[in-house]
Amino acid sequence: MGCTIPYRVSSYEVSARKVFSKLGVELVEMPDFNCCGLPVDPVNHDMTLALSARNLCLAEQQNLNIVTLCTGCATTLRKTNKMLKEDKKLKETVNGYLKGIGMEFKGTIEVKHLVQMLKEDVGVEKIKGAVQKPLTGLKVAEHCGCHLLRPKEYSGFDNAEDPLVLKELIELTGAKCLDYADESECCGYTVVAIDEKVSLQLAREKLRHIKEVGAQAMITVCPSCHLMFDMQQSRIERAFGENFNLPVLHYTQLLGLAMGFNPEELALKELRVDPSKIIEVLKA
Amino acid sequence: MLFIQSLSSFPLKCCANEPPVLIFLRKTRFIINFAALTCSIEGKAAMTEKAAETSKNVEPARVDPSFKHEVMREHDGETLKACFQCGTCTSSCPTARFSSSYRPRTVLRMAQLGLREKVLSSNALWLCTACFTCTDRCPQNVEVASVLRVLRNLAVKNGIVPVIYRELTSSINETGYAYRIPELRHKKREESGLPPLPKANLADVSKLIELTGGSKLLKK
Repeated sequence: MGCTIPYRVSSYEVSARKVFSKLGVELVEMPDFNCCGLPVDPVNHDMTLALSARNLCLAEQQNLNIVTLCTGCATTLRKTNKMLKEDKKLKETVNGYLKGIGMEFKGTIEVKHLVQMLKEDVGVEKIKGAVQKPLTGLKVAEHCGCHLLRPKEYSGFDNAEDPLVLKELIELTGAKCLDYADESECCGYTVVAIDEKVSLQLAREKLRHIKEVGAQAMITVCPSCHLMFDMQQSRIERAFGENFNLPVLHYTQLLGLAMGFNPEELALKELRVDPSKIIEVLKA
Repeated sequence: MLFIQSLSSFPLKCCANEPPVLIFLRKTRFIINFAALTCSIEGKAAMTEKAAETSKNVEPARVDPSFKHEVMREHDGETLKACFQCGTCTSSCPTARFSSSYRPRTVLRMAQLGLREKVLSSNALWLCTACFTCTDRCPQNVEVASVLRVLRNLAVKNGIVPVIYRELTSSINETGYAYRIPELRHKKREESGLPPLPKANLADVSKLIELTGGSKLLKK
């Protein structure tokens, strides 16, 4: 689950659990997990490798694959998993650190993000079958984020220059997914603490392009991206004197609505930008 | 140049029956060209003087040829040598689009040339969002984002750390999470029927931070 979701974006977790239960995905809680280490990668790479390797070892001990809601965690755990499986020297170094806490990385499990898992393990047919209230008439734009598909040699899934899987998953719910300029661009969340002007400008460009094509909502799969577009939207509006009023939903919330859950169950209330317009559109 | 140009357009022999208007125009043009030429000569002299003055105050940056090896020795920094400065990384970079000082291509070139102090002390280095677009698109397969990360790691080893990273490391050391999650959140989870948050074995996490050299980053 990572650090950002329990702290500020619990709506993602709530909606994801509801969706998983209906799709028959069994989640095993891992009470001993720690931060994947991505936030501190710029300062000490070894620390990140060690922290993510610890999580991988814990999952290996229970012989379970890891599914993450946060794309940052997905890329870190996935990358560490692949690097340690392929690079013997690095594996030795990291196992040296892990020895200090009595663990050893063996490389027996896989790491997938929610989107990849839904496409590959649950399957398109099953999701289609679970949709009871198709969201026809709803036009949305998707924001994949950077870490879901990049770097391409570690993601092994879809194509960062032309992301199609998330679009396909969105269209399964009955909503129409629109294309827009800057679709595969970053949201800028990572440097908001260093230079917020750059981040806010980035996010504003994306919101403008999405509004230009007439989307009624925006779909994200990463909690950090969601924070940037939802929680910071009023700040961007004030800083640049614009008015977006664009609801930002997690993909699991969109899918949950299509499956027939009502908005309260999917924690739609917790969104900063009021999504009631969408709910009206769907009732009509 | 202008003088010669003006001369060439200036007929050496005036026509015998030149109309007065043309004579007037000819003379005016000559005067203007001559004035412009004088100003430009004087201007150039002033420029050269200023250049001479400034060059005395600018110190050439110190070059350390072993710096690039230092970078390439680190994990994921080996591809620095393949960069041939095409600029694809900078044109793909979301930060470079909005910042006037951040250019991945420049940073990599400075690293290749060994401008150690300049690179490690630059603020722009910390503006990388780690989106990996540069790495994906580089025609030489240089792992640009990873090389930048190595440079940041080296800056930290030299004592330069933005405050936010100290906070994040301390938080992981003390709670296992990058952010300090308030009690209210735990209560809310219980109320909404969510399982309790994972609580990492803090002794293990602290040990890992210590073994990997992260203790220096903790807040004092």
